[in-house]
Amino acid sequence: MKAVSAENWGMLMSEPINFHFDVDGENFSSAGEASVVVKKKLRQLGFPPDVIRRVSIAMYEGEINMVIHANGGDADVTVDDDFITIVLKDTGPGIPDVSLAMQEGYSTARESIRALGFGAGMGLPNMKKYTDSMEIDTTVGVGTTITMKIALNS
Amino acid sequence: MKLSELCEKLSLTVIAGDTDASFDGVYAGDLLSRAMSHVEAENLWITIMSNINVIAVASLTEAAAVLLAEDVELVPEALEAARTKDITVLSSPMTVYELCVKIGELSL
Repeated sequence: MKAVSAENWGMLMSEPINFHFDVDGENFSSAGEASVVVKKKLRQLGFPPDVIRRVSIAMYEGEINMVIHANGGDADVTVDDDFITIVLKDTGPGIPDVSLAMQEGYSTARESIRALGFGAGMGLPNMKKYTDSMEIDTTVGVGTTITMKIALNS
Repeated sequence: MKLSELCEKLSLTVIAGDTDASFDGVYAGDLLSRAMSHVEAENLWITIMSNINVIAVASLTEAAAVLLAEDVELVPEALEAARTKDITVLSSPMTVYELCVKIGELSL
């Protein structure tokens, strides 16, 4: 982590900044931790509140999805001059029908998960809504990689 | 309105954090994805959810406080997280609806 003040991050972003997280599967106690860390870092870097909010929501939903459905995975956040890019990679069951999974309210979360307040079927829709682009690369039985970008200076 | 004033008027119990801050606006709901996208910074979030994920969402959304309805109790790890993350958690025996009505009346 570089220490960059709010005033000059734009000038100093000559090389991308990277954050990596191992997201622990089935651990609902720490679910959301990576998002909280990313949020804190982005605030230190001086990003505007609306950008931080969008990244937080997208990252949180993705993180929770990996915990619920894929037994965890890897989360990488890269900040460069133009984008904040979030890549979430898991080796879970994959998504059989992406368009169905993208529908608001559709969820395959177990009842025990729903009892915790998850499974609203808003995860993927929120991730799409709060980012400028989202790509889902998924293969059943192999895993899913989701790449989300939030444009800066737009 | 200051949280301390709200606590006094509605006889709320302070479970964690302090009540020095003010809140602006209210969101009521239990589904975390909904709350994640609808709770605004400085909002009071009323819910009956009491697990640790509530604290994560409150932290990420920068809610002024979480108000637990129907006297639900935070699980110990959630209480610990609230203290660590400096999240104010309040509690009341009233239902979510009753709390919304009362707070609505106070705002008028």
